[in-house]
Amino acid sequence: MAAALIRTRDLARTYQFGDTEVRALDGVTIEVGTGEFVAVMGPSGSGKSTFMNVLGCLDRPSRGEYFLDGHAVAALADDALAAFRNRYIGFVFQNFNLLPRTSALENVELPLIYAGIAARERRLRAAEMIAKVGLAARAHHQPAQLSGGQQQRVAIARALVTRPRLILADEPTGALDSRTSLEIMALLQELNHAGMTVVIVTHETDIARFARRVLRFRDGRIVADEANDPLDAARMFAEEPAHA
Amino acid sequence: MNLLALLRVALRALAVNKLRSLLTMLGIIIGVGAVIVMIAVGSGAQARVEEQIRSLGSNLLLILSGATTSGGVRMGFGSNLTLTEDDAAAIPREIPEVMAAPALRGSAQIVWGNQNWSTIIFGVTPEYLEVRQWEIAAGRSFDATDMAGAAKVCLVGQTVARQLFGGVDPVGQSIRVRRVPFTVIGVLVGKGQSMMGSDQDDLVIMPISTARKRVLGAANLAKQRSVGTIWVKVPEGNDMKAAEEQVRGLLRQRHRLQPGQDDDFSLRNLEEVAAAQEASSRVLALLLAAVASVSLVVGGIGIMNIMLVSVTERTREIGLRRAVGARTRDILGQFLVEAVTLSLIGGLAGILLGVGAAYAIAQFAGWRIVLSPDAVILAVAFAFAIGVFFGFYPARKAAYLNPVEALRFE
Ligand SMILES: Nc1ncnc2c1ncn2[C@@H]1O[C@H](COP(=O)(O)OP(=O)(O)OP(=O)(O)O)[C@@H](O)[C@H]1O
Ligand SMILES: [Mg+2]
Repeated sequence: MAAALIRTRDLARTYQFGDTEVRALDGVTIEVGTGEFVAVMGPSGSGKSTFMNVLGCLDRPSRGEYFLDGHAVAALADDALAAFRNRYIGFVFQNFNLLPRTSALENVELPLIYAGIAARERRLRAAEMIAKVGLAARAHHQPAQLSGGQQQRVAIARALVTRPRLILADEPTGALDSRTSLEIMALLQELNHAGMTVVIVTHETDIARFARRVLRFRDGRIVADEANDPLDAARMFAEEPAHA
Repeated sequence: MNLLALLRVALRALAVNKLRSLLTMLGIIIGVGAVIVMIAVGSGAQARVEEQIRSLGSNLLLILSGATTSGGVRMGFGSNLTLTEDDAAAIPREIPEVMAAPALRGSAQIVWGNQNWSTIIFGVTPEYLEVRQWEIAAGRSFDATDMAGAAKVCLVGQTVARQLFGGVDPVGQSIRVRRVPFTVIGVLVGKGQSMMGSDQDDLVIMPISTARKRVLGAANLAKQRSVGTIWVKVPEGNDMKAAEEQVRGLLRQRHRLQPGQDDDFSLRNLEEVAAAQEASSRVLALLLAAVASVSLVVGGIGIMNIMLVSVTERTREIGLRRAVGARTRDILGQFLVEAVTLSLIGGLAGILLGVGAAYAIAQFAGWRIVLSPDAVILAVAFAFAIGVFFGFYPARKAAYLNPVEALRFE
């Protein structure tokens, strides 16, 4: 197997909460190769989001090692982590997190600003990504003028615009109806087929079925790591009646 | 992120809450406005005082007939002329190096052709113009011969030249002063307003002998040699205080005043008078400075307050920006630029307000103002410094938010 994109060893993240210590992550050792599509499942409070935050270089583990594309990132300083996030990772959030009163195009441009890309190229690349998620006609709409599914597609375009190695999506369909969820999953599958590594957190078994691998968390540990024969979201979307 | 991009982000953020931004700027607007007015009025007063000292002539003592009250207000103007031409003659005789010029004052109607004008008549000696450092714009002054013969010649000030003669050159013209025919032999240069605000160019100057004999008459002059004022010029570099005391001593002796008895004249050092006026305008400037600094500090605190609110409101945005690669200094810069933009816009509005207010003061209160680019630069620098100083804490707070917590913030 080729060098893993993600490799963690005995990853732990504890929160001190007064006298008690909450072990949000408690010894996670895992490898995720380039091009995988992983779904992370588990009950509420099992540490899924904590795991994603560490993978996304938003948070540092309390213990253990994390290699992202061979780089030891666990102990990096703030600004170095910011640079890693910008270069390697695209985030997709449950609540989209688009800047209000800012056009879809400008939202997509945002990561490129911090990558130091010149304005003209930013525009081009953002427009290209907006087109790729099928929203070229909505490029100048503000988030408030877009549906939830459209907003999430803008957020995905934003995640893709820096050409990252990894898409991290924490409950990307959590705020969407089932039909729109299919649409978003179809988009993520399409990206994965093109070679993008995707890790999503989900509560819904229906959503996890689109992944090729399912990790189950409990009490900060991985209790199951299963391969899955993924369903085809695009086909299901096409077959499902528009008004179910 | 470059400055221009940051500026755009800042302007957009401020535009979202226009009224809030405006209210926040108010303190800065008033503070900077007060700074502008303060400097305009302060330097206006300074310029006026300097100009007056220049127009009065430097190192001048003015001796006025009649006693003063304790408040320094001259009593019964012109009613009791205690000074004489002989006093004036005695001063340079007894105190070497100084010059003295007596002046007899009166008002009169003057007529040229079918034009007439009411003005002030000064009867003086030839030294007068030198003592007052008053140049002649056209023609000549009178001399000892004119004095001795009580010649019917006179010089006119700029205002008289303009009002009575219109565009015609007054030199050589014949006018009548209280029906006495005079020849205008010269025109004085303009001196502008006096400290008291009167027009110093609205006058006619003639030999004191002529004024006494032919124009002002003896009716109101108890003694034939008496005068209203004596101007004394002390040479540059001499101690004015010492000269003042010498003159006082000499006059007291000549007027046979006993020790303990009040002076029957009043002696003024004109630079001191001017300085006193400057001091009063300085009080005003100080008051404005207090208003300005209070407003600027209050404005700064307002900016800090609103920036803290803004940081809290936009916690999620900050988290998102951090997630997509913003470094701490990018966030710091963003909020600092926002605070500075707020204070600079306030500063510019304050400059407009200040300039407007300064002109209004000049217009309605008749004060002299001087607007200099320095004041504008200072005001902008102030606004900038306020923005940086009071914006730093909120910006720092934003920059060091934990990205995970910021993203989860509700
Ligand atoms: N900032 C924090 N301070 C203290 N405890 C925390 C903090 N963040 C998370 N935790 C705790 O860590 C544990 C794991 O939380 P995490 O958010 O990773 O769960 P999750 O699996 O994502 O749950 P959910 O499915 O509800 O999103 C929980 O017990 C939570 O209470
Ligand atoms: Mg979670």
